[in-house]
This record gives sequence, C-alpha cells and structure tokens, in this order.
Amino acid sequence: MSSPRSPRIWQLKDIRYRLLGVECNKCNKRFLGKRLVCPSCGSRDLKIVELSRTGKIYSYTVVHTPPRGRENYGPYIIAIIELDDGARATGEVVDVDPSEVEIGMKVEMVFRRIGEEDRAGIIYYGYKFRPIL
Amino acid sequence: MSDLRNDPLIGISGYGVYMPVYRIKIEDIAKAWGDDPDTIKNGLLVYEITVKGRDEDQITVAVEAARNALKRAPEVDPKGIGAVYIGSESKPYAVKPSSTVVAAALGLELGVRGADYEFACKGGSEGIISIIAQVKAGMIKYGLAIGADCSQSWPGDVLEYTASSGGAAFIIGVKNNDSVAYFEGTYSVMSDTADFWRRDGVEFPRHTGRFTGKPAYFDHIIKAAEGLMNELNLKPSDFNYIVPHQPNGKFPIRVAKMLGFKIEQVEPGLVTPWTGNFYSGSALTGLCKALDNAEPGERILVVTFGSGAGADAFSIVVQDAIKRKRDLAPKVEDLINKRKVYVDYGVYARLWNKIKV
Repeated sequence: MSSPRSPRIWQLKDIRYRLLGVECNKCNKRFLGKRLVCPSCGSRDLKIVELSRTGKIYSYTVVHTPPRGRENYGPYIIAIIELDDGARATGEVVDVDPSEVEIGMKVEMVFRRIGEEDRAGIIYYGYKFRPIL
Repeated sequence: MSDLRNDPLIGISGYGVYMPVYRIKIEDIAKAWGDDPDTIKNGLLVYEITVKGRDEDQITVAVEAARNALKRAPEVDPKGIGAVYIGSESKPYAVKPSSTVVAAALGLELGVRGADYEFACKGGSEGIISIIAQVKAGMIKYGLAIGADCSQSWPGDVLEYTASSGGAAFIIGVKNNDSVAYFEGTYSVMSDTADFWRRDGVEFPRHTGRFTGKPAYFDHIIKAAEGLMNELNLKPSDFNYIVPHQPNGKFPIRVAKMLGFKIEQVEPGLVTPWTGNFYSGSALTGLCKALDNAEPGERILVVTFGSGAGADAFSIVVQDAIKRKRDLAPKVEDLINKRKVYVDYGVYARLWNKIKV
C-alpha cells in the first residue's frame, strides 16, 4: 500500500500550516503561496513571508451539496479572505452558522483538518478561518 | 522528587488554552439515554461539555493552544524552542508523531526535538517535566509542553457526560523578568493500577467505575501532593490555589478537602463543570485559569493524574509578568463564555462520527 498524495501534501505544508506567501520587493504586494514572478508587476524580486493571520471576508458561498469525501461536512462556507496585509486567501470559514456569515466579517486563521486520504491514509491539515473571538 | 529551588530556576514564559466552540448540555445527553439529568449533574458536578468540531482533533487543539502560549511570550523567538512534547491519549495517528505537525505549524523544524507522551490524563505534565529537565541542564533554551485531547467515550457510557475536547500549552525556559511563574519543585508517584484503559485498535476506552476513585485518583493525587509538600516543607495554607486533575467537578473538590485545603483554594482553578474533562489538558487548563486571576507572589499546587496510574505534583509561584501577559491571549473564562454553539445529541454524535453508515 502506498500513500501517493503524501509528497504533494508535504510540498504544500508551509503554505497550508503557516499561510506562507511572497512579498514583491518592487510593488510591495503580497500573495499566498510560493511564486517566482509577481502577479501584479511581473518582478522576479520576491521574498518569502508569513502572511497576516487576520482579515475580513471579501466574498463567500455556502456549499449545500458537498463533493464525495466531504459528505459529513455540509453545509459549509467557502470564502475569499482579504488579509490585513492585502493578500487574499480562499478557505473555509468555520465555527459560525452559514446564516450568520456576512461580507466584511472579521476573521482569524485557525488550524484545522482540511481532509484525509481515506480512513487509513494521511490526514491533511491547514488553514481555515473563524470569526475573531 | 525534584527540588527546583536551586539555580537556574525554571519559569513559564507563556501559557495558552484552546477549546472548541461547540457545547452539549448534560440534559441533552441524558435525554438520549433516558437518564435523569439532575442526578447526573449533582453526581458529577458537570453542567455542559465542549464538543470538537468535525474538522478538529488532538493535533488542531494542540496547535491552537500553542499559538496562544506564544502570544503570551512575545519575547521568545520561536526558533529558540528546542523541544516540543505533546501529552495525549487521543492521537489521530497510531504511528506518526503529532509533535511534528505542531512543530511545523509553528515554523519549528531545525534544531528541535519532540515526541508524543501517553500516560492517560497526565502525558502533558510528563512533557513539562522533560522540558524543565532539559532547560535546567542547559540542553535547550526554551521548550514547549502541551496537554491536549479530544477525549473518547462509548455511546451510552457515563464517560459521555464528561469526556470533552481542549488543551493547554506552556513555553518553559530559565526564569527571568518575563516569566509569569516559576517551578519550586515536582514530585511524582506511579503504580500498576488498571482503572481505565483502551486496547490497541479499540475505538473507545473502558473503565472500572467506582474503582477509578479511591485506589486510583484519590490515592495517587494525595500521595503526590503530600510527597511534594513534605519535601518542600510546605503545608496547604502556604498555597493560594490547588489545581488537581478534574475528571468531573466533584473529585477535585473532594481530594482538595482530603488534603486539608479549603473550597476557596480549589474553586479558582475549576474548569470541568463548564467544559468537561480535557484529559491530558484537564489540570493544565485549570492551572491556566488560576494564572488568569492570580497575583504575583501567590503559590499554586498543581497535581495531574493519569489512569493506569500515576500523578505529578508541581509547586508554582506566580511572578510580576503575569500582570502584563495575561491579556495577550484569550483567558480561560473568555473561551468558556464568549462564544459557544450548543448542539443536540444527534449533532454531537455526527461531529464525533459515532453514527456508522
């Protein structure tokens, strides 16, 4: 038995565990994930940074019909979060009823399970967001 | 026994707690099983318990508690943390360390060692003792010790009324002006007393009912507490607080009285009546609640207990830094009261994956 997704999960862990991103030394904009070229100005002069762990909901949707493997999770909220440093991250918003979520709601990063391979496989961990306490 | 009153003194630089927002009331569990809720509440002195979210486990609880501990230790560069130990009896992996995930989530990978401790409800305090020893020996500058559990219980078992989810974390280093408290000593006892266990591959633990009381919980906690007080030449009146392990609300009050403490000394560190039993995080969360309200110079007796069985006692003295650090992260009472979402037994069973389809 092998665990074919383990290498991919391993590659993503800094981004998913710590909201690692890049900051452009030319235009100062920040983006989630590791990149070689600035999506805003095209500069290749980027540095790796930890992004802000707080922000607000830029937009969201509620998933009432989860895909296979997430049947036990619905309904759940997927949102684009505008972080305090200007970067944006797409992720789940938890610990709040879908009827209470709204655009502009202040949220903070929280470390949660984001999936699993199967019952015997590896567990995926990473960032989600919740309303600030 | 370890008398820790010689240089270098070992201090707590930061502490943090995490518990899920979900709660279930004793009435809702009792309704599902046809029990009388008042009998349960009066018998256990527990009113509601935390329930893990569907995406939470011992690792996620540990990470959140550790991040709150780091918030209270802004002077600590996380890269100076040389060891991470997690005590738990609900590891999501049977084979694969939880400590590696927690360390990676905190950005610690180089120059750090770690392991998962299991000793029923006192694995967390075993981690604290390991960190104290390594700091005192000069092997590491700082260490992170965590007690975290998403406690398991058979559907319909009396454990369902208390087994809950949460944890506490401590950053420990040489005592300085940034320490919120320091350790005076520790004393441990251990015996082969099978009061509670879970066999390999079995989903839920089994226990021995009343046998978990006198020969296990009470005997070990009393021996550890008395052993520590004897060695340090301290008596109950020398302590402002006693925080024993809290499998329910009644046992810690009863054991405190048996040791000669007053109710006023045990109440400030009580959490289980409103949270349930965090197992490895139980007494340690109680310690954090006491620290949230303690004054510099006050002394705390903490006694963890792990079934199987053993107990670790610590004498801890609060320092001035508590005043400027306690508000840097959520306090225990804030986590208990500020935001909670009540669920019924059906949702509780779904969140715990107790419904097999």
